[in-house]
Amino acid sequence: MFEGWDAVALARAQFAFTMSFHIVFPAFSIGLASYLAVLEARWLLTGREVFLNLFNYWLKIFAVAFGMGVVSGIVMAYQFGTNWSVFADKTGPVIGPLMAYEVLTAFFLEAGFLGVMLFGLKLVGPRLHFLATLMVAIGTLISAFWILSSNSWMQTPTGYAVNADGQFVAADWLEVIFNPSFPYRLVHMVLAAYLTTALVVGAVGAFHLLHDPHIAGPRVMFSMAMWMAALVAPIQILAGDQHGLNTLEHQPVKIMGMEGHYQSHPDGAPLILFGLPDQQEGKVKYALEIPKMGSLILKHSPNAPMPGLDTVPRENWPPVPVTFWSFRIMVGMGFLMFGLGLFSLWCRWRGTLFASRLLHVFAVLMGPAGFIAVLAGWITTETGRQPFTVYNLLRTAESASPLAAPAVGSSLLAFVIVYFVVYAAGVTYLLRLMAQPPHPGEAGPSHEVPIRTAGITPAIEGVTQ
Amino acid sequence: MSLAIDLATIWALIIAFAVFVYVVMDGFDLGLGILFPWFPAKADRDVIMNSVAPVWDGNETWLVLGGGGVMAAFPLAYAVLLPALYTPMIAMLIALVFRGVAFEFRWRAQRERNPWDLAFAGGSWLAALAQGIALGAILQGVQVEARHYAGGWWDWLTPFSVLTGVSLVIGYALLGATWLVMKTEGSLRDRAYRLSWLLLIGILGAIVAVSIATPFLHVQYTQRWFAWPNIIFTAPVPIAVAAVTALLLRALTNKYDYQPFFLSLALFALSYAGLGISMYPFIVPQSITIWQAAAPENSQTFLLFGVSVLIPLILGYTGWAYWVFRGKVRPERGYH
Repeated sequence: MFEGWDAVALARAQFAFTMSFHIVFPAFSIGLASYLAVLEARWLLTGREVFLNLFNYWLKIFAVAFGMGVVSGIVMAYQFGTNWSVFADKTGPVIGPLMAYEVLTAFFLEAGFLGVMLFGLKLVGPRLHFLATLMVAIGTLISAFWILSSNSWMQTPTGYAVNADGQFVAADWLEVIFNPSFPYRLVHMVLAAYLTTALVVGAVGAFHLLHDPHIAGPRVMFSMAMWMAALVAPIQILAGDQHGLNTLEHQPVKIMGMEGHYQSHPDGAPLILFGLPDQQEGKVKYALEIPKMGSLILKHSPNAPMPGLDTVPRENWPPVPVTFWSFRIMVGMGFLMFGLGLFSLWCRWRGTLFASRLLHVFAVLMGPAGFIAVLAGWITTETGRQPFTVYNLLRTAESASPLAAPAVGSSLLAFVIVYFVVYAAGVTYLLRLMAQPPHPGEAGPSHEVPIRTAGITPAIEGVTQ
Repeated sequence: MSLAIDLATIWALIIAFAVFVYVVMDGFDLGLGILFPWFPAKADRDVIMNSVAPVWDGNETWLVLGGGGVMAAFPLAYAVLLPALYTPMIAMLIALVFRGVAFEFRWRAQRERNPWDLAFAGGSWLAALAQGIALGAILQGVQVEARHYAGGWWDWLTPFSVLTGVSLVIGYALLGATWLVMKTEGSLRDRAYRLSWLLLIGILGAIVAVSIATPFLHVQYTQRWFAWPNIIFTAPVPIAVAAVTALLLRALTNKYDYQPFFLSLALFALSYAGLGISMYPFIVPQSITIWQAAAPENSQTFLLFGVSVLIPLILGYTGWAYWVFRGKVRPERGYH
């Protein structure tokens, strides 16, 4: 099996597959951890039981999602060595410490306090428990800091030198960590995580409001989620625009791919809204375009010249059809989120936030929009920097392990089968939890229905000796 | 062996420490999965899962630190070893996926015969076996050319690596059984005691077998252990193993609930020290030393700064989490 296949293509497929399954969980848990911290803080400040119910309700969902994120993350940590050993050898001195710092400052913090957060409310009391929740939430954000710094360094490498063994070494750690695209990517991703979570929370709230618009829990969560969508979606559009301008400065070829600019436009580039990029012929077929608009957006001047891929050697072209379309999907999702936010503001002003069935149906449909946007955004940025792993310095084809295709192909097949089984089950369990509305006196993860009948809970009851 | 402690040696010790913490911490919770077939009752399994549910994620984080730390401090070793151990590593990762999700999934499954119990047990067996095989494969050495692994795809599979694989399964099971002795009561604890006896006999057999087989792998191992004056430093290891075994037998006989777990940890520590004595100063035995694999000094110092501040902090709050969930696991009071 897999004889005659291209081992590098299989390794790339494996990375894309395992990464795509992984990223949706951190994207969700970064936002959800912060949301849980907010819910618990509001419970502690107001003493209103509805916040504790919502906290326990989302905590059970968090526990399932977090576990799936952890195990798929361990796979990522070892994949650099199994399938990309040349990359690991060459970039290890730079990327390695950044990822080790992620483990030391973020993963341990999350894992160390997760147990108390999930099972320890009665054992340590509300204040210490809130501290644990806060630590988990901060841990997810620190994790985003380091992993986005590593990724950004691969996109816009600075502060490095190359030693005699051909390894990248750090010349200046601050320049490595705070490389030019990092601040933009960090802001864009953290906002994306918050939006993703807000849309899921909003969809769950709306789903239960459709059945009964009067129960307290769904009303509170829906209102909170719609505030987030209304406030963060426009900020995200601005942040995305700034990130795009940064990419134009440091990775102009990626922008050419995103925009479908095969040809140079010496006196103003159009904005291609839709079309079919043809990589072979080097042009976008059936293009629907607005003249001069591309230059206006990217250079803030309608007649600014924009070089195209015809100025770039063909072997350095990104796969334009993928980059072009994934970018449009991401942007489309962003504007739909913005629309949902505006619609919710209008309903709120009219006093129909909890009554408008149209808004609720819209919110339910938008539940997965954040995940789609996150995936599409990552596909845009990762295919747009091809054919390099370290931009313009290390080619993807020269980064892979000296593996035969059957080895990479079999492991890919194994991951595909296992992930589909495990994640199908996980998503089923998550949807089943979400299908129940939060109840008064909602139990946390430590009071499980199937267990309670047996008189045992999943939580440990610590007994002092 | 030079006496001056240099940066690469410090990093080798840090990595060795991280891997050891991983081995003992995830060791006992993998051990619980390995023992699942001997505890078929649902009520027992619930208690067993409860005993590690709050800490398993932290235990597994040490594995990520081991991987990340090797990539950062010894990138060449990371780049050579992982392709060399390709199959056992992939098997381990997939096994860890199954057993990791089982912690939450098994409470969600509504079927009578819980499929996630099977995932937890099977995943634990496979992960332990794969780790033990990987250890054996590293000890027997891997072929290296330039900066790449140059061996075949089945080089990792030898009678020796199977022996280390089985040994680690037994060792983890012993940690799991003694953990249950410490954390549970009643008939569950009594069965854990009986299993501890059998597993102790098993692990002693495994330690002897691995100790006899290792010197035959390379003449350097023989010299390291038996040549004068090294023997002054190596002889205490087997003597200490005998002493710990005696204490362990006494603790199991007298039913001191807390001692067997910690004495089993000591047994692991001694075996681990023995491995270290065999390997040093190689990180890929007989091919790449820690100095050849070391990342440039500024990578190692940059990370060393963080490690020296953060590891004590991590040990502190991890210890606190264990303290919060200390004592025997009981079905929750209040429902009875």
